[in-house]
Amino acid sequence: MAKVARDPSHGSLVGERMNTRVNDFVIKIANVNGTGSASANGLLMKAIFRMGIPVVGKNFFPSNIQGLPTWYEIRVSRDGYLARSGEVDIMVAMNAQTYARDLAEMSAGGYLLYDSTWPREAQLARSDITLIGIPLAKLVNEAFTNIRARILMKNICYVGALAALLALELGVLEALLKETFSDKPKLIADNLRAIELGYRYASQHFDCPLPFRLERMNATADCIMADGNTLAALGCVYAGATIGAWYPITPSTSLMDAFKDFCERYRRDPVSGKQHYCIVQAEDELAAIGMVLGAGWNGARAFTPTSGPGLSLMNEFLGFGYYAEIPAVIFDVQRVGPSTGMPTRTQQADLLLAAYASHGDTRHVLLFPANPAECFSMAVTAFDLAERLQTPVIVLSDLDIGMNDWMVQKLNWDDRQTPDRGKVYTSDELRDMQLFHRYTDRDGDGIAYRTLPGTYPTGAYFTRGSGHSARATYTEDATEYQEVLDRLRRKHDYAKKLVPEPTVRRKDGLTTGVISIGSCDAAVLEALDRLACEGIELNYLRVRSFPFSSEVDQFLEQHRQIFVVEQNRDAQLKSLLLLETSADRDQLTSILHYGGMPIDSSFIVRGIRVALAKGEAA
Amino acid sequence: MTFMQKPKVSHSKLPRNELGLSIRDYEGSMSTLCAGCGHDSVTAALIQAIWELSIEPHLIVKMSGIGCSSKTPAYFVEGAHGINAVHGRMPSIATGANAANRNLYYIGISGDGDSLSIGLGQFAHALRRNVNMLYLIENNGVYGLTKGQFSASADVGSKAKKGAVNNQPPIDPILLALTLGAGFVGRGFSGDKDQLVPLIKAGILHNGFALLDVLSPCVTFNDHEDSTKSYAHTRRFDRPAVRTDFVPRKTPIQTVCEGGEAIPVELHDGSTIVLRKVSKDYNPVNRDEAYRYVQEHQKGGEIVTGLLYINEDQQEFHALNDTVSGALRDLPYAELCPGSAILEEIQHLYR
Repeated sequence: MAKVARDPSHGSLVGERMNTRVNDFVIKIANVNGTGSASANGLLMKAIFRMGIPVVGKNFFPSNIQGLPTWYEIRVSRDGYLARSGEVDIMVAMNAQTYARDLAEMSAGGYLLYDSTWPREAQLARSDITLIGIPLAKLVNEAFTNIRARILMKNICYVGALAALLALELGVLEALLKETFSDKPKLIADNLRAIELGYRYASQHFDCPLPFRLERMNATADCIMADGNTLAALGCVYAGATIGAWYPITPSTSLMDAFKDFCERYRRDPVSGKQHYCIVQAEDELAAIGMVLGAGWNGARAFTPTSGPGLSLMNEFLGFGYYAEIPAVIFDVQRVGPSTGMPTRTQQADLLLAAYASHGDTRHVLLFPANPAECFSMAVTAFDLAERLQTPVIVLSDLDIGMNDWMVQKLNWDDRQTPDRGKVYTSDELRDMQLFHRYTDRDGDGIAYRTLPGTYPTGAYFTRGSGHSARATYTEDATEYQEVLDRLRRKHDYAKKLVPEPTVRRKDGLTTGVISIGSCDAAVLEALDRLACEGIELNYLRVRSFPFSSEVDQFLEQHRQIFVVEQNRDAQLKSLLLLETSADRDQLTSILHYGGMPIDSSFIVRGIRVALAKGEAA
Repeated sequence: MTFMQKPKVSHSKLPRNELGLSIRDYEGSMSTLCAGCGHDSVTAALIQAIWELSIEPHLIVKMSGIGCSSKTPAYFVEGAHGINAVHGRMPSIATGANAANRNLYYIGISGDGDSLSIGLGQFAHALRRNVNMLYLIENNGVYGLTKGQFSASADVGSKAKKGAVNNQPPIDPILLALTLGAGFVGRGFSGDKDQLVPLIKAGILHNGFALLDVLSPCVTFNDHEDSTKSYAHTRRFDRPAVRTDFVPRKTPIQTVCEGGEAIPVELHDGSTIVLRKVSKDYNPVNRDEAYRYVQEHQKGGEIVTGLLYINEDQQEFHALNDTVSGALRDLPYAELCPGSAILEEIQHLYR
């Protein structure tokens, strides 16, 4: 039977059997989408962050606007682990539809907070958790008359209750609310009232704080909380991108929304007020990538954000961009496939599609950010690489990075930094030149010089996706065709020297390691620490780009056994390693997570433990 | 070898335009289309028109998709950049290119397959966005490069060379463009250069999307007796609605009326086109009337040619997007990057 927390007449709080856990637990909030819970959850997380405590939030939302279950998971981690732990210590169960599964998901010793306006003690009974009933609807209905306010404030009210239960500083909540609604004093008052209602009720009815509690730290001073799509958009602004073309698709839409917001503020002509940018909402992704290529061909920095289905549609044009050698930047914020898949769930299953997108011998330059901060830096890098290499560059982010708020190091910008516009002949250079040939390898790096339309008469050439010679003329001649195709391969190999290097955490003497990618990083880092505590030590390499640089080959040579951790069913990173490096099939063991939720550290710990045990048994 | 350079022979007595260039300076490489192809006549008209407009070759951007028509940008104005995109997707390339630099002359060459089948969506949306360009469809009702399949512009009842009869209704780019709100809609015939050259000139200078549908018979697959896109058929049923003259901005308007009433229309750069009514009841500045007129004559099997609709007051792509007057691609980086202080300021929001 569930133990009801202290009845005022009864005495001490149950749960004393627990040791106190300070700044190290997971709060999960189960709600119904469309009820405004996002702002309440964001408020809660940000308040914890403001108390200097490392924290990360993950939003599990349905592909729906209103009425379906939605969850928000807040990991509080004094050690700074930013992945999911795989545990739930405090459940705020606001959705009766999901009571059963929410209850089942909780870790032993946890606390479940629910709206006891409608008592459900029997339904929520579980002997190893403690039930905290707070009559949220009742409290709010008594205090507010407006129907909308009653719905919204119920969420704020549980934040108030949690503040008491977890020892969240009220002053921090108050300051945040005042900043958020600085131009809406009525809203500040309502929110503060709802906080107070929940706080007071919890304080009066339960021993506060719970064993799970917060204590001020100083571990977030150099950090920000932001999502990857916003910071990728900011990267595009700082890279000097002027043209964005897109077709709305979850989970990439907020990238262009953010770009538009930044541009409206920072990209207006100071005199005329006119735009220093152009955003086109295209009719589909085929047109979006076409516009980006048209703009890139004509010398502007242009990009398109998309997700799996969009990338599928862009294939033909990506081959064109590759073969005609046109810079373009594509952000693929990956979601669950195949086909429409699960649009609001995360995965890393576009890797192989992106690497070889389009028919014929094509290969693309890919970047793999692991968190929102890398979305910023890699956005800038992507434009430099696209123009230096004159080719499409695909940044493979995912829903977890793109749409969730992560705690990352504050971004820095060096004002001396200038973009690498690549090899483009100016009109002066063309004037002094006898002959210009578009596709000749003058410098031996596989990268030819290009010209922009309108520059100078002798710079004109014909860009085509059909067979062409080094002089940019149409050809069906084997030798002429192969000359260009072979140079493109040399160019792609040369890219290994330019792309971001992998991150490596390595101790000499270890022959077992992990290779991973993108948003798995946080979970891998935590898993490695946990395994080390058990005496299992592993080295770690995170690939950050394709083509793989020589460090990846070195790591493969140095390790007898390597676990490849990734979030797709078919081991796409492992496949790519087998195709593109000297890796041996027997050397690589996959740890695959592909259910759509962000990978957690426990999953990796278990996977490696089991695999090692099997190996020993063999 | 499928690429042939034309020999550079220029006679000193060839007439020169304002830039001192002869018409030879506006030619391209040798056409590889079939002898007698209507498209080659369109290419010749384009060369004539651009030469007459005295546009510096390198300020022109030539774009196309895939198909016989889309090969032709290689055959005119060698001194201009050209881009041959994927099938049906030239409009998006044109939109992006134009977004990057609004201050060049954009000429898109497409065909009925490229624009009305695979590329219908992109064609429609570039038109809706009013991208400032000449969009020329070389329309022959047939897929030439894949040997004679019907295209979406083939008329009901028209026969393919091997006898198959088309039973699906055609998509008429003129009616479509009028419906979608194009500000410049014209139709020409590859066999009537006198009419075509002024139409092309006006289309290039029109401030916005200028659609020019040019009937251009396919001599190999669609120039037989049962075709409605043959030379013979077009000549027989061609009904010019308006004669078009083009008057450069520096020349005073000369109305050379041959019967019909003359309507001068001033283009955004100050030059003028003169529309001479051939039909008394035709008004080329009225969209509804244009629609009715074209449809009515179509019912009678007549192909109406000429500048069928013009409106110089529609806002083009950049005006609609409120972009700066210069080329976005030429904006200095210092004006684009907000710098470290702003980054610091932005990040306060993420604390």
